[in-house]
Amino acid sequence: MKLAMQLAYKNLMGAGLRTWLNVGVLALSFIIIIFFRGFLEGWYNQALEESIAWEYAEGHLVNEEYDPYDPFSIQDGHGELSENEMKNLTPILIRQAAIYPEGRMLSVLLKGIDVDQSHIVLPTKNLKTNSEMIPAMIGKNMADATNLKEGDQVLLRWRDKGGTFDAGKIKIVKVFTTNVGTVDGGQIWIPIKKLWEMTGLENHATLFVANENYTPTDISGWQFKTQDDLLKDFYELMEMERISTFFMYMLLLSIALLAIFDTQVLSVFRRQKEIGTYVALGMTRAEVVALFTVEGTMYSLFAMIVGSIVGFPIFYYLANNGIVFPDFYQDMGVVFPKRIFLVFDFKVVSTTILLVVVAAAIVSFLPARKISKMNPVLALKGKLQ
Amino acid sequence: MKFLSIILIVSLSWLTFNLEAQSTPEALEIIEKVDANMVSKTSIVESKMVIQGRRKSRTVVSKGYSEGDKKSFTEYLAPAREKGTKMLKLDDKLWIYSPSTDRTIQLSGHMLRQSVMGSDLSYEDMMEDRELTDIYDAKVIGEDTLDGQKTWVLELNAKVDDVSYAKRKMWVDQERFVPLKEDLFAKSGELLKRVRLTDFSKTDGRWYPGKMNFKDMLKSGKGTDFIVVKIEFDPEIPPYIFSKASLKK
Repeated sequence: MKLAMQLAYKNLMGAGLRTWLNVGVLALSFIIIIFFRGFLEGWYNQALEESIAWEYAEGHLVNEEYDPYDPFSIQDGHGELSENEMKNLTPILIRQAAIYPEGRMLSVLLKGIDVDQSHIVLPTKNLKTNSEMIPAMIGKNMADATNLKEGDQVLLRWRDKGGTFDAGKIKIVKVFTTNVGTVDGGQIWIPIKKLWEMTGLENHATLFVANENYTPTDISGWQFKTQDDLLKDFYELMEMERISTFFMYMLLLSIALLAIFDTQVLSVFRRQKEIGTYVALGMTRAEVVALFTVEGTMYSLFAMIVGSIVGFPIFYYLANNGIVFPDFYQDMGVVFPKRIFLVFDFKVVSTTILLVVVAAAIVSFLPARKISKMNPVLALKGKLQ
Repeated sequence: MKFLSIILIVSLSWLTFNLEAQSTPEALEIIEKVDANMVSKTSIVESKMVIQGRRKSRTVVSKGYSEGDKKSFTEYLAPAREKGTKMLKLDDKLWIYSPSTDRTIQLSGHMLRQSVMGSDLSYEDMMEDRELTDIYDAKVIGEDTLDGQKTWVLELNAKVDDVSYAKRKMWVDQERFVPLKEDLFAKSGELLKRVRLTDFSKTDGRWYPGKMNFKDMLKSGKGTDFIVVKIEFDPEIPPYIFSKASLKK
């Protein structure tokens, strides 16, 4: 094996530009595959962490009439729980309303939340104020869309439980920054007690956010959704992303491996005299096949070294500084952090290396199999077989 | 046509005021005279709705049939995008037929709170057909001068919980007994919508507005104009017009 390695190394070095072209293509595939896998891992980790922190906590107890995908269910999708049932839960009441910034009408979701809650990281403490005006908190995306900033006042129109219009000014006391678009875009957060007062829906909530001490029990008219239930769509999205990027890896690898395959076919064809000489000098056919296979596989090892030299500084930078995405990515409806820090763990890098090395070994072995069927005398004479 | 319905609803409601109602005798007298002008058993109206946006306005032409305040049918004739769209209101139900999808849908719940063709009116505004006396306490609160005309000012305060507007204010011409203006208020007293009626002319012995402007007072812009091109009072309308079958015809 050592001899095969030495011969393979010398042969590859001797081939010059042809070797480096193959190595270059394979190294590029290496870098791109690791980049995308690191990007997906980074996105997955950050989105998961932030969704739980900002929105889902340990799960939601949702009114059965409320469907987050059906805005028409907001009107009737709310109810009350007894004080005992509300332990370890933070109520959120959702109503539809409209604001009028700069004379434009904008439909919003008006969300009432307990100002003292600590189940999610929304900065609700900022809503504690003695002001006569309704204190409100919005996300940065919402602030950008409405041109509102902290201290601004805007007219809000809503309906009470009977459907009667009411209107009043709200004051933006806090603009928070989050990557979780589902607590930001088109939403206004106010103290739930104020919303109860405004709508007459005293003690009502659309959903409750649970903390780690909450034990789900059967409550008529309510359905408990675990963290995993709430993240189901996200998990499915990530699975779909993984599958679609897998096809991209395969495409990139195919291009690189095709180059190796092509080189191997050419080598077996052009180096028949050399093959005959190896056999004449005492190598078995299997050893010659192994030599050619090692030669092909060595491309992937060289590509790994080149890929590491080129890729490591890039990956190091991206893992520490992240990639910044434009604002419109945050409006996609899924959690898409503005800055994604790529994650390159041992599993990502090692499985990518293994995939490329094994694939390179297979495509190197396939053309080399022909050697085992060669007549060594004819091969030594250089006759085409 | 839908806007006409609102006017008819308002007017008919006044007509049904009875002496037991908490309104003053002056209010009843005024309302009876308004109804004499505005209310007919049936009507056919050809109209233009001018929806004035921030940058440009668009005009929707329609023809509407109505019988009392419970039945109405409207067919949109222009622009091309809306042509063929039909709306049928029977009591508290509203159906819309869209020719592009060849489908009839019934609007309910929050869908009724959507704007009609991008105008300043919601479907719900048009659906309100309860008698005002059932949901509001009315009284004359004074006199005012509007467009050079002396008017009675009537105030209506909600006496039930499930009304859209907690308070309404109406200015009625003292000479012709037609409403010139109506303001609709939120519970907090914030003025939400304003309806202005102008260009009155006498048709079949009735004073009737040629133009009605509906304005969402919280939004900038000029609101939505409803212009009456042609109106017939008390024509014969075949019953099939007010059936779901007529939506697809």
